[in-house]
Amino acid sequence: MMPTPASAAPGRRTPLVGWGGTRPTVAEVVALTSGAVAEQTLRHPGRRGVIARGLGRSYGDAALNAGGTVLDATALDTPGPTVGPDGTVRVPAGLSLDALLRTVVPAGWFVPVTPGTRFVTIGGAIAADVHGKNHHRDGSIGAHIRRLTLATPTGTVEIGPDRDPELFWATVGGMGLTGVILEADLVLPAIETAHLRVDTVRTGDLDEVMALMTEGDHRYHYSVAWIDCVIRGRHLGRSVLTRGDFARRSELSSRCAERPLDYRAAVRLTAPPVFPSGLVNHRTMRAFNEAVYRRAPAHREGELQTIARFFHPLDVIGSWNRLYGRRGFLQWQVVLPFGAEDVLRRSIEGLAAAGAASSLAVLKRFGPGDPAPLSFPTEGWTLALDLAVAPELTALLDGLDDAVVKAGGRVYLAKDSRVRRELVGVMYPRLDEWRAVRRRVDPDGVLISDLDRRLDLTGRTPAPNGRSARS
Amino acid sequence: MNDALGLPQSILVLGGGSELARAVVARLLAARPASVVLGGRPGSDALAGAAAEAAAAGATSVTTVAFDATDPASLLAAVDDVFDGHGDVDLVLVAFGVLGDQTACESDPLEAVEVATVDYTSAVVAGLAAARRLRRQGHGTLVALSSVAGERVRRANFVYGSAKAGMDGFYQGLTDALVGSGVQVVVVRPGFVTTRMTAGMKPPPLATDAAAVAEAVVAALAKGSGTVWVPGLLRPVFSGLRHLPRPLWRRVPG
Repeated sequence: MMPTPASAAPGRRTPLVGWGGTRPTVAEVVALTSGAVAEQTLRHPGRRGVIARGLGRSYGDAALNAGGTVLDATALDTPGPTVGPDGTVRVPAGLSLDALLRTVVPAGWFVPVTPGTRFVTIGGAIAADVHGKNHHRDGSIGAHIRRLTLATPTGTVEIGPDRDPELFWATVGGMGLTGVILEADLVLPAIETAHLRVDTVRTGDLDEVMALMTEGDHRYHYSVAWIDCVIRGRHLGRSVLTRGDFARRSELSSRCAERPLDYRAAVRLTAPPVFPSGLVNHRTMRAFNEAVYRRAPAHREGELQTIARFFHPLDVIGSWNRLYGRRGFLQWQVVLPFGAEDVLRRSIEGLAAAGAASSLAVLKRFGPGDPAPLSFPTEGWTLALDLAVAPELTALLDGLDDAVVKAGGRVYLAKDSRVRRELVGVMYPRLDEWRAVRRRVDPDGVLISDLDRRLDLTGRTPAPNGRSARS
Repeated sequence: MNDALGLPQSILVLGGGSELARAVVARLLAARPASVVLGGRPGSDALAGAAAEAAAAGATSVTTVAFDATDPASLLAAVDDVFDGHGDVDLVLVAFGVLGDQTACESDPLEAVEVATVDYTSAVVAGLAAARRLRRQGHGTLVALSSVAGERVRRANFVYGSAKAGMDGFYQGLTDALVGSGVQVVVVRPGFVTTRMTAGMKPPPLATDAAAVAEAVVAALAKGSGTVWVPGLLRPVFSGLRHLPRPLWRRVPG
C-alpha cells in the first residue's frame, strides 16, 4: 500500500467545545478510522500538535486542540466485542459505554466502572481514569484494564499493569497526553440481572448524610448522595442517599425474572439549542433542588431499579447541557481527604451563601486511589456540582480551591475549565514523575490539548501558551 | 489559553499606555497571571509606566512593541511581530485612540485626517491583523474599546464621533465574520470616562471611570462575544437619545 502523505489527511476545521459549552476552539478534525491513521497523524502532526477526542463529555478543554489536529476516536468503534469466560473483553477505544452495555448486559456482564453518563468512550474513560458509584469498593477504571494499545509519537506499544507499568499508569488519567489509546482489554463483572436493589434515605443535613455514608457504605456495592448546594442554614447539605447492589434473579418479580437481563436505556427527549443563558439561575435551582428533595422518599428499602435509572438518570435527556444556554456552565469537582470534613462543609456554605446557581450536586466517598500519577480519586470525600457561567465564579472558586488544596485535596482535570495553573503541581505532587514518562514517548511535544496549554501539564513553560519545542 | 470565564494567560495591548488599557490589564492580572505585550508610541512615558505597572501587578513577562497609530503599516508590522515571536496571544485589546480638537479639525482638515486615521483606519488594521492571526491559532478574544460617541454622532465632536461610529460598525461586522472561528469579539462602549484624555472637561451625567470599564470588560469576557455598555444604563438611555429630534440633539453640549 502506498503511504498517504500527511497533507492528504481528510481534516476539516471545525469548532469544538467541551460538555460545559464554554469557549469553543477550532481544530482540524480527522476521523480515527484505524491505528494507521493515528500513527500517520502523530508522525506528521502539523504545527500545533494532536489530541484524541471521544464523545466530548469532559467539561472543559481536555479534548480540544486550538489550531491543531483532533483525532475523532468515535470512528474507532468496531468490531463488536466478545466477552471471554473470565469476563475479559477487547474493545476499540472509540466504543461508547452505551454500546458496550447493550452488547454485554444481555449476556450477563456489566462494566467495571461507569461514570454518571454512559455516553463516554472507553478511551476517554481511561484517559480520565473515571470513577463511579462503586469507587469505595472497586476503585476507578484503571484498576480493571489488563492491556492497552497506545499509539505514541515514538511508536505503537502494548502496555498494561505488568507491561511497561510506568507508561500504562501515566496513560491512565493522563488526559490523552501520552498517546492515542486504540484498544483496551478490560475485565467485566458478571451480573445475574439488569436490576438493582436500592435503598434510599433522605437526610435533613450534611452531617446526617456523611454519618450514614461513613457508617454504612461498605455494606453496598454502589453508593452516592445527591446533595442540595443551594439551601442554607439548618438544612445545609440536605441529601438523598441512594445505595444498592445488583439484584439476584430470585429477587425479581416473576414477570421480570423471565427476562432478567433485559436491558433498556432510552434517550426519551433531546433538549433543543434554544434555552436562554439565564434560565439556570439561583431561583430556578432552589425550586429544582426543593422538588428533587421532596420527591424522594424519606426512607425506602429494596426498591428495584433498572441499570439506566440507577446509574444514568441524566442520560434520559439528550444534550441536557443546552439547558444552560449559550454561555454554558462549568463543573467544580474536588476530593478532600477524610478528616477535612470542615473544608467540605465550608465549601458548601460558601457556594450556598454566594447564591451560585448550582443544580444538583453529588457527594461520594472514595476508596484508596490507584498508582496513576494524574488519577483524580484519592481516599476521601468527593463533591461535584455544575455552575452556570458567571464572572463572579473566578473569585468564589479560587477561594474554595485554596482551602481544598491546603487540606490536601485536588480538583478533577476532566471537569476543570478554570483552575489556576500554579495549583496543578501542588494538587498532583507526582506531576514531574508523569512528565518524565511522557517525555520518553513524546520527546518533541506532539501531543497537546487546550487543557495542556492552559494548565501546562506537560511542562512546556516558559513559553506561556505551550508552543512546542519544534515550532 | 483563555479559561472558561474568558480570562487570558497572554495579552497584547495595542495602545498600552492608555489609562483604560492599564486599568483592564491590572484587572486581568489581578484574576490570573499572564504575559503582557504592550504596544504603543516608541519611547512614550505612558507606555514605560504601563509596563512597570504590569510587572508589579504580577505579569509573568512584560515586553513592549513600538508602533505609531498614525501609520497603519507600522501597526500591521507590530501585530505580526508579536504573533511570530511570542507564541499564542489569548487576548488582544485594541485601546489606542485620540479625542482630537474639534475646532482645530474644522479649521484644518489634515488635523481631522489624523483623528480619522488613528480612530478608524488604524483600528481597522488592528482588527484585521489580529483576526487573521487569532483565526489561525484557532482561539482567542479581541476586545475593542469603542465609545458611545459613535452611537449617535454629536455636533460637538463629530470628527471623533464619526471615526468611532465607523470603528464600532467595523467591529460589529468582524464579530459576525469570526463566528465559528474560535475567536470572540467584545465591543466596549464606554460613556464619558474621567481620564487624562478628558481632563478639564466637566463630567456629564452617567460618567464612569477606568476601573468600572475594566470590571465591565472582565464580566463581558465570561459571556463570550457581544457588546457591552459602561455603565450599563447607557444602553437604554441611548436607545432613547437615538430618536431625539435633531434640533434638540445638536444642542447637546460638548
